[in-house]
Amino acid sequence: MNATPALKDWPLWEVFVRSKQGLEHKHCGSLHASDAAHALQMARDVYTRRQEGVSIWVVPSSAISASAPQDKGEFFDPAADKIYRHPTFYEIPAEVGHM
Amino acid sequence: MQATQTDSRLAYLLHLADNAVVLGQRNAQWCGHGPVIEEDLAMANISLDLIGQARLLYQLVAQSLGDGATEDTLAYFRDDTEFRNYTLLELPHHGPLVGYAHTDLDYATTLVRNFLYSALMVLRWDALQQSSDPELAAIAAKSLKETRYHLRHARDWMVRLGDGTAESNARMQAALDHLLPYTQEFWTESEVETAAAASGLGVEMGSLRAAWDALLDQTLAEATLRRPSAAGYVTSGKQGLHSEHLGFLLSEMQCLARAHPGAQW
Repeated sequence: MNATPALKDWPLWEVFVRSKQGLEHKHCGSLHASDAAHALQMARDVYTRRQEGVSIWVVPSSAISASAPQDKGEFFDPAADKIYRHPTFYEIPAEVGHM
Repeated sequence: MQATQTDSRLAYLLHLADNAVVLGQRNAQWCGHGPVIEEDLAMANISLDLIGQARLLYQLVAQSLGDGATEDTLAYFRDDTEFRNYTLLELPHHGPLVGYAHTDLDYATTLVRNFLYSALMVLRWDALQQSSDPELAAIAAKSLKETRYHLRHARDWMVRLGDGTAESNARMQAALDHLLPYTQEFWTESEVETAAAASGLGVEMGSLRAAWDALLDQTLAEATLRRPSAAGYVTSGKQGLHSEHLGFLLSEMQCLARAHPGAQW
């Protein structure tokens, strides 16, 4: 009976909402809830009340491994001068249209 | 005879509308005071759904009345004895004997009431989709989806808090003991309801009872709550005889519209 954590111990959940079929789920925020079902229900009330979504994912925030801010230099800065990695050196045939 | 039939149709629609507006207004009291922000939003959403249902029904009544009636005159310029809502829905968010409600807002009372009412309305809106009045049938179809969510929300909390800690269980049980007797009014059919069922506009309340009982019993079993006696005084808010609480609720809801009649945003 006491397995459920008390209100103040509700863990944090990250919420991802798919705005329409065919699009990917996008991170839209986080909330506190006691379990996954509860988090889904709360996400519905907090993040889809203005017709923002057709599908919701919730993930325990603790399950996310994040890169450390102090690693920013070695992680991201080396990409700054590698413009050849951008596919901008090709002529796109007109028939292809917008990419 | 024609006039009587029209009156009875409007009385039935007003009963449905008044239920929705009174519970919508009552639950809106939580806005900004919810136990957690997510619940605060959920309860405000539920209120807005209910007020939306009331608007559609009032518009339908106003249309039939003509005579300058609007959804606003019906909501804001009728007095408490003209309201036809169940007494259950106007009661405050605490019971007279809930001693541990340390403020005047007890969430257990709110949730149990929402459960008892939305369990009824899921069945009632479902049946009203077959109403002989196509506009009421359309309102029922829209309201059914909203009410299914209200039931899901309330039922989920009934189980979580009923089968939660000793404290949460005791508070849910106290709220249930306090509120269940008021549900007798659901099953004591008024003349207006009987006439509506006979004409095909409405639904015979007795036909919903077995399903409502089953839903209640199943939820209480899961929530480890005991079904208390519902016996006692049968309230008659839907006949216009209300508790002392409706007048206060309406004065708050109506004061702005009455101080500035016809004002526009």
